[in-house]
Amino acid sequence: MKDVTFGQYYPKDSFVHRMDARIKILASIAYIVGVFLVQSFHFLGFAACFLFVLITTITAKVPFLKVLKSIKAIMFFIILSAILQLFFNSDGEVLLDLSFIKITDLGLLNAAFIIVRISLVVLGASLLTLTTSPVELADGIESLLYPLKFIKFPVHEFALIMSIALRFIPTLLDETDRIIKAQKARGADFESGNIFKRAKALIPVLIPLLISSFRRADELADAMDARCYSGSKNRTKYKKMKLTWRDLIGTILVAGLIVGVVYLNNFYVLLTVAL
Amino acid sequence: MPLIELKNVSFSYDKKIDVVKNVSLSVEEGEYVAIIGHNGSGKSTLAKLLNALVLPDEGSVTVDGFSSADKKQVFDIRKTVGVVFQNPDNQLVASIVEDDVAFGPENVGIKREEIGERINFALSAVGMEKFRRSSPMHLSGGQKQRIAIAGVLALKPKVLVLDESTAMLDPQGRKEVLSVVERLNRTQKVTVINVTHYMDEVVRADKVYVVNDGEIVLSGTPSEIFKKKEEIKACGLELPLAAEIADALIQRGVKLPEGILTEERLAEELCALKSKI
Ligand SMILES: Nc1ncnc2c1ncn2[C@@H]1O[C@H](COP(=O)(O)OP(=O)(O)OP(=O)(O)O)[C@@H](O)[C@H]1O
Ligand SMILES: [Mg+2]
Repeated sequence: MKDVTFGQYYPKDSFVHRMDARIKILASIAYIVGVFLVQSFHFLGFAACFLFVLITTITAKVPFLKVLKSIKAIMFFIILSAILQLFFNSDGEVLLDLSFIKITDLGLLNAAFIIVRISLVVLGASLLTLTTSPVELADGIESLLYPLKFIKFPVHEFALIMSIALRFIPTLLDETDRIIKAQKARGADFESGNIFKRAKALIPVLIPLLISSFRRADELADAMDARCYSGSKNRTKYKKMKLTWRDLIGTILVAGLIVGVVYLNNFYVLLTVAL
Repeated sequence: MPLIELKNVSFSYDKKIDVVKNVSLSVEEGEYVAIIGHNGSGKSTLAKLLNALVLPDEGSVTVDGFSSADKKQVFDIRKTVGVVFQNPDNQLVASIVEDDVAFGPENVGIKREEIGERINFALSAVGMEKFRRSSPMHLSGGQKQRIAIAGVLALKPKVLVLDESTAMLDPQGRKEVLSVVERLNRTQKVTVINVTHYMDEVVRADKVYVVNDGEIVLSGTPSEIFKKKEEIKACGLELPLAAEIADALIQRGVKLPEGILTEERLAEELCALKSKI
């Protein structure tokens, strides 16, 4: 449970950490768009995205293993998507015929493609949360969403909810761990049986977790009130957001990535035309 | 004029049963006050009345001249009286120590430069300057609770209310927190109201209030309170261990003076007795 790093800030003093949160958020979105721009089977585009992640990780002084671990957190989702691709793609040459399901070469390629695509998206997103503290993230989102204020969207509250959610992820994971151990000590069995049995075994974990979350929320609300919280009115911010040369360089790099991906897509087209 | 004054305060959550009944108390500036009572006796509710987190149904709460009856003064009261709660995990709002300490000052609209100074002040007051940029998740319970105290101190309150703030800590953490609070009371002249059920934390107080079922049943200095052993026990509370031992020894004919409350004092008296023999 403990090694779920997704969303957990990794404090360091680095180029990437010092970038403006707003630029980092926009850059992450641009990066994700970049990953999705890569057309089917043009794995060179993915290589470019991976290179980008690698460079960012190194400049951020974050251990690459920490970034990779984010994939582990959503492994189940990745495998499920790949399996769906594998089984429900009937185009292409049949490699294996199990009468009710045909596995084709295109299906196989698509599955690989999906795995790489989701993994790259997750790597990028986790780099954002690893290098940006929840408060910076919330401030950044608040600032980016500022225009929505004019349609009465509660921007400040939304940003605060996000940062508190991120703050409580590790606390709740710890608690889940504790409850699971407590239930095991009472003889609960989480490891055997089919998937439905196991899901059912989780109910005695989820219910106490839910109840304690409500209690925590209640206490947190009191603590916030006690520290004079009263919404965004007249509120100041300790952290100032300021664009620096770092943000310019970051923006140029991401723009470069997108141009590169588009170029590589066309490169393939040119290559096929030439052949 | 007392800094905090409660006059005939009653409060009920469900408008049926009063959780706090006709409570009157006053706290002077710079005092160290202890409030004790068994589980569910209404201590936390009383603590919340002190900083206008709940408002009295009857009676009045006045803090530093501000009245909780006036909606506009509620925030002045909350600025004057800071509350530290029991569970450190549930009162930290941010994932970085300095961001959490900044939360209170940000809420009341303090300028950026001054927030920085207040963070310095608050963190050094609890001896946690070194952890400014760390994540509270990796700190011990006692350290987290010291951060929570810093978060409250950053608002420069005159009064610090601890609502069983040491109850979830190990002995080491308890010692840390209590010594920080002690220092604040001594050197910064912060008024302390310690709500607790640990008798040994009560011994140090200037004044003690014993709460039972929402009422204040006893009040006075610790030695006055602990003389009334029967009343204390009737409230579901126990005497400090040292007092119990001294009591049992006196009953068995050992010639000890009355009013021993701490282990140190007990040891001293026993040694003095031994040297006389
Ligand atoms: N938010 C609430 N809504 C309704 N009833 C409440 C609420 N909070 C407390 N109570 C009730 O009020 C009474 C006093 O509670 P309070 O928390 O003040 O006691 P306490 O002395 O602090 O107890 P503990 O030692 O458990 O902290 C209890 O009977 C409790 O059930
Ligand atoms: Mg309580």
